[in-house]
Amino acid sequence: MTLSRRDTLALGLGAAAFLTLPKAAFAAGDATAAIAEFTGGAEAGSGDITLTAPEIAENGNTVPIEVNAPGAVAIAVYAAGNPTPAVATFKFGKLAGSHAASTRIRLAGTQDVIAVAQLADGSFIQASQEVKVTIGGCGG
Amino acid sequence: MISRRDFMQVAMASSAIVGLSGFGNWSRLAAQQALTQDQLLEFDTSGNVTLIHITDIHAQLKPVWFREPEINLGVGIAEGQPPHLTGADFLKRYNIETGSPADYALTYNDFTALAQTYGRVGGMDRISTVVKAIRADRPDALLLDGGDTWQGSYTALKTNGQDMVNAMNALGVDAMTSHWEFTLGIDRVTEIVENELNFPFLGANIFDTEWDERAYEPYKMFERGGVQIAVIGQAFPYMPIANPGWMFPGLSFGVRQDNMAEVVQEARDAGAELVVLLSHNGFDVDRKLAMDVDGIDIILTGHTHDALPEPLQVNNTFLIASGSHGKFVSRLDLDVQGGELKSVNHKLIPIFSDVIAPDPEMTALVNAERAPYEAELTEVIGKTESLLYRRGNFNGTWDDLICNALIEEREADIALSPGFRWGASVLPGQDITREDIFNATAMSYPNAYRSEMTGEFLHVILEDVADNLFNPDPYYQQGGDMVRVGGMGYRIDISKKQGERITDMTLLKTGEAIDPAKTYVVSGWASVNEGTEGPPIWDVVESHIRKQDTINIDPNQSVKVVGT
Repeated sequence: MTLSRRDTLALGLGAAAFLTLPKAAFAAGDATAAIAEFTGGAEAGSGDITLTAPEIAENGNTVPIEVNAPGAVAIAVYAAGNPTPAVATFKFGKLAGSHAASTRIRLAGTQDVIAVAQLADGSFIQASQEVKVTIGGCGG
Repeated sequence: MISRRDFMQVAMASSAIVGLSGFGNWSRLAAQQALTQDQLLEFDTSGNVTLIHITDIHAQLKPVWFREPEINLGVGIAEGQPPHLTGADFLKRYNIETGSPADYALTYNDFTALAQTYGRVGGMDRISTVVKAIRADRPDALLLDGGDTWQGSYTALKTNGQDMVNAMNALGVDAMTSHWEFTLGIDRVTEIVENELNFPFLGANIFDTEWDERAYEPYKMFERGGVQIAVIGQAFPYMPIANPGWMFPGLSFGVRQDNMAEVVQEARDAGAELVVLLSHNGFDVDRKLAMDVDGIDIILTGHTHDALPEPLQVNNTFLIASGSHGKFVSRLDLDVQGGELKSVNHKLIPIFSDVIAPDPEMTALVNAERAPYEAELTEVIGKTESLLYRRGNFNGTWDDLICNALIEEREADIALSPGFRWGASVLPGQDITREDIFNATAMSYPNAYRSEMTGEFLHVILEDVADNLFNPDPYYQQGGDMVRVGGMGYRIDISKKQGERITDMTLLKTGEAIDPAKTYVVSGWASVNEGTEGPPIWDVVESHIRKQDTINIDPNQSVKVVGT
């Protein structure tokens, strides 16, 4: 039989989305450097910061994440395996009722998502979670 | 104070194995004389609440053969732990005698011989007899269905799940959760849930993608025996990844552990004295959930098709595993006093179809559902000399047959068949009917594609699926078995990380190593991509079997497993 254009296209799409998974297939940026820029080189410890992200992304192009760090003046989010790791920085004023933010991010492949919060005293805390980006299709 | 653990009583071991010693070459009649319905149902009613659990029936209205896995490896904290025990290890752990009914029901041991001794398992009319008997003891017993109910047979496919919806309504189910249900498409699910189901369709972890709001009821409160019982539903977490997300766009799933903790708290605040999680997470995910979320008394597990003769206790939570394909019903009698679970009395009841009398009302319903399709169902396509089964981490003869069919009929170098855990067995010497083929293939995205893939891409696929099975953190597992491969051998080290597990990929027809840069013709089925083209897999398999006439499957030695 011959492969129709549609077959090729459907499989090609799957393949294209999928072949970006191996780490060698794209140039990961340097999350450590980006975080150092945010913290001014200060070490980020652990503390009252919660990062909520799916363990396995339902769609790597739009992964919902939420971060909550009571008392934070700013929270920065990084996708450690993306070509450009810095995703977003949220700033909170003195009158902010909550210190939480949610957004959707694009992930180039399986990687750690890292959230770093700057507290009012100038110290930094962080949380991270691995988010798997998978071809799927075989559960059951 | 006496701990909850002290109160736990486990009934199954004393009940289902009773009265049989040794293993002989008995006829079915002898088996019937040795094992009675009364023995299977024997139970000292206790406490004030009874739960009945069934799950993963996969649309099997009639009794079937079902061989349990030979290889079922656990990783991380699950290594060597239930349910990752098979064969002799399983017998030893649960003190089960070789050749006993429990051996036949719970392991793969000597399957063909024991099948001839003890007969088929399951059948909705036998399940109905058991449910009615339990309700005769405890009229307000709660019957809970863990999902994977509306898919897996010819009639469920042809009726879009209607046969199963009718059967489960008649059985008197009190609540269900879901997985393959959504592969009927969101419109059909909505139609059934809103108009046809007599009971709630629960899913605490199902949200709409746009507003991140709950799409289904998270839990339902029941009052039974004066006890407020919250039944929380948890659908299969990886629905849009493991199955085609385009069939139910707009829905998001996930384990959502924090969400579960919130729902448990909400239920407790609403007065729940007993919290039951009706789950389709898979056993290892539920074990981790039980470790990390407080306040769940009972988890009725599902998805991974495990059957355990005893509850598994994790902190203060009891995990129950009730098998698949209608092979078992679990009964739990609980004593709940002052908002605390004081005792658990459990029995895993194997549904031996030659021992348990069918309930005539349900038999009539099942026959009526099947009647329009009887001629197609019973048509003989060929015969098998080999036992055809699917379950097991790496391969099974059913998928070897399917892969052979894909290679022959689609002129491919390599075939891929998904690692589904559903699919009934066929005994050696039996005819293969169309129903048998559909029991291993019936689903809503069956197209057998033919495509070209590079060796590198094949490696990525195998690594990806292997991580879904062997990632040491169960929240990163999807609960299927390994993709089955025809025409290609490989070595897998399950102890390694993703990207390093799969080596020695070999094209079997030439014996040459798979070249990452070379392109191979690959045929497979059950692609989650929308618009996949090709004939339905059952047509491919039927055509192949007709040409072969008699099926013989050699033992598959093309997968080398290390790191266990």
